[in-house]
Amino acid sequence: MNITLRMAWRNLWRHKRRTWITVSAMVFSNLLLVFMISLQFGMYRMMIDNTLKAFTGHTQIQRQGYNDDPKIRTSIDDIVILADDVRDSLGSKEVAARGISFAMTSSEQRSYGLQIVGVEPEYEPNVSSLPGLVKQGRYLADMDAEEIVIGSVLARNLRVKVGDELTLLGSGREGSIAAGIVIVSGIFESGSADIDRSMAQVPLGYFQSLYNMDGAGHTIVVNTDEISRVTELQSRVAGIIPANKQLEVLNWEQLQPGLKQAIQADMASAWFMYAVLIVLVAFSVLNTQLMSVLERTREFGVMMALGVKPTRLGSLVLTETFLMSSLGLSIGIILGIALTYYLTIAGFAYPGMEEMAERFNLPARMYPSLSVLSILLGPGIIFICSLVAAIYPATRLFFLQPVIAMRAV
Amino acid sequence: MSSIVCKDLRKTFQQGDETITGLDHVSIEIAEGGFVCLSGPSGSGKTTLLNAIGGLDTPDSGEVTIGSTRIDQLSKGELADMRLNKLGFVFQAYNLIPVLTAQENVEFVMQVRGVSAEERAKLSRSILQEVGLAGMEGRRPSQLSGGQQQRVAVARAIVSQPALILADEPTANLDTHSSAQLMDLFVKLNEHHKITFVIATHDVRVMRYAKRLIKMQDGKIVSDELQEQQPMAV
Ligand SMILES: Nc1ncnc2c1ncn2[C@@H]1O[C@H](COP(=O)(O)OP(=O)(O)OP(=O)(O)O)[C@@H](O)[C@H]1O
Ligand SMILES: [Mg+2]
Repeated sequence: MNITLRMAWRNLWRHKRRTWITVSAMVFSNLLLVFMISLQFGMYRMMIDNTLKAFTGHTQIQRQGYNDDPKIRTSIDDIVILADDVRDSLGSKEVAARGISFAMTSSEQRSYGLQIVGVEPEYEPNVSSLPGLVKQGRYLADMDAEEIVIGSVLARNLRVKVGDELTLLGSGREGSIAAGIVIVSGIFESGSADIDRSMAQVPLGYFQSLYNMDGAGHTIVVNTDEISRVTELQSRVAGIIPANKQLEVLNWEQLQPGLKQAIQADMASAWFMYAVLIVLVAFSVLNTQLMSVLERTREFGVMMALGVKPTRLGSLVLTETFLMSSLGLSIGIILGIALTYYLTIAGFAYPGMEEMAERFNLPARMYPSLSVLSILLGPGIIFICSLVAAIYPATRLFFLQPVIAMRAV
Repeated sequence: MSSIVCKDLRKTFQQGDETITGLDHVSIEIAEGGFVCLSGPSGSGKTTLLNAIGGLDTPDSGEVTIGSTRIDQLSKGELADMRLNKLGFVFQAYNLIPVLTAQENVEFVMQVRGVSAEERAKLSRSILQEVGLAGMEGRRPSQLSGGQQQRVAVARAIVSQPALILADEPTANLDTHSSAQLMDLFVKLNEHHKITFVIATHDVRVMRYAKRLIKMQDGKIVSDELQEQQPMAV
């Protein structure tokens, strides 16, 4: 082994306790970062999965302009036929057409404004978790039945049960009055109070006749098994849909900009905290290495007198830091993986999480998601910052005068 | 080629408001193969002169020439290279790298000079043997006596076959026996390898080894005499 490397390694252990304290600071920070970042990634994944699964889906085909300004007239003609075409072309069942509008919904006692979504009862369960969340009664079955499924909060507000009647009153596509009477066939609990309060589903055929849609609808949800392939899916679908009908394919980031913003905001605040941690570790390395350089002044003076140049002594100090940081990195990562892996199985909850959970339809326990990125990102940054922190002590060697240095105690 | 010529060297130190004269217009010539002792009371300028010759410190004025090189005109980097390749230093004490073994201490300088690992191992072993440390290659400085440490330092100084060795109080921390051994080694190296020695010392026993004895006082040379070498009986 190279003598410089040997020397660096042994120098590290001249002050065992001091080195271990610095290494411990690194280990602790690395462990924390691996865990926190994995948890964050896990949470984002769940936020995305759950929000998209509940309703939005991965991509949607819409008439151009509908996403920014959803008007009932900005619709897709013969939407069921188009949805069938897309299903055939993709060879996928995860395609479902929807119509979307609003209605004043009244029971015998009360009235509420609601978003009414017309769905294909046969295909909607393939793209959304909502049909599976019907807790009373059943989900829609017949494309043209005069039925409705509503959320549990709305049911409570309207004071209706399965089998009760509701009156819908809205305006149809051409400004006509849309009025109908439907029977509550099921009540769902999506886990999101927002959805449970303000959204109801009816069969698409009934929706089209109620709103005078003449076979039209507003969106076709197209999902994929793997969310990372969304971009690929988006361009495939764009190739299938007719070019002359002013249609566009949007992905979930375009459909749910709030979700991405929430993730970014959370990431920014988390990184602020990480930065503080990283700076503290860097200063601890700086302190250790500065002390170690200063107390070896005499030794460095002797080496310089022998003809060793400051660059070589500086690289010795950096090598020492490199070894120390590698130790902190490897132990920290091993412990970080162990802890995080345990929690990917056992789950984890922390105070303050409920708000986020509520908003994005998440379960109360979080499961971190371990990946190469979530493991290496934090420790990698700490490693680099530690090396950078050692530059200052190393540069001190360039100002050493051998004669004066050798007089030092 | 390794003769030393100092011309009119002056070196002062600033200590607060006081100006201390370290070297006061010193001129000497030391021929190749010389075995010179610098003596004189404490503070007389011996170390300052050695440092100037070794390029560790630059004089305020005057010239230092080693062989054909004016070393007072070299850059820091060039001085470092000169020390690494042409000079050997032996200091009073504590001058080994504590985390390295005897052999590694000797090899370290060679590694800096870019000598291959194989060559290093071979040379360092034979040099350690030559200074009488066979079998102690693997010991750290803390596991060696003062005399043994000093011999490792000598081994380190001579391993690159320098033409000149500068020694500053090499026997200050040694007992009589170790001092004599070290000086015998110096004499042997001087005779067999034609290495020039300049040794600063207080020690009269060391001065007896000198072929030429230079006495200093207050930064000046006050006497300069040739003499018979009178090694001590060991
Ligand atoms: N770095 C320095 N700063 C201030 N004064 C110095 C410095 N180096 C040497 N001196 C002064 O210069 C003079 C000569 O010092 P030098 O070290 O050369 O003496 P010396 O003969 O080697 O003494 P000793 O036998 O005690 O080692 C002394 O008065 C000393 O105090
Ligand atoms: Mg001295």
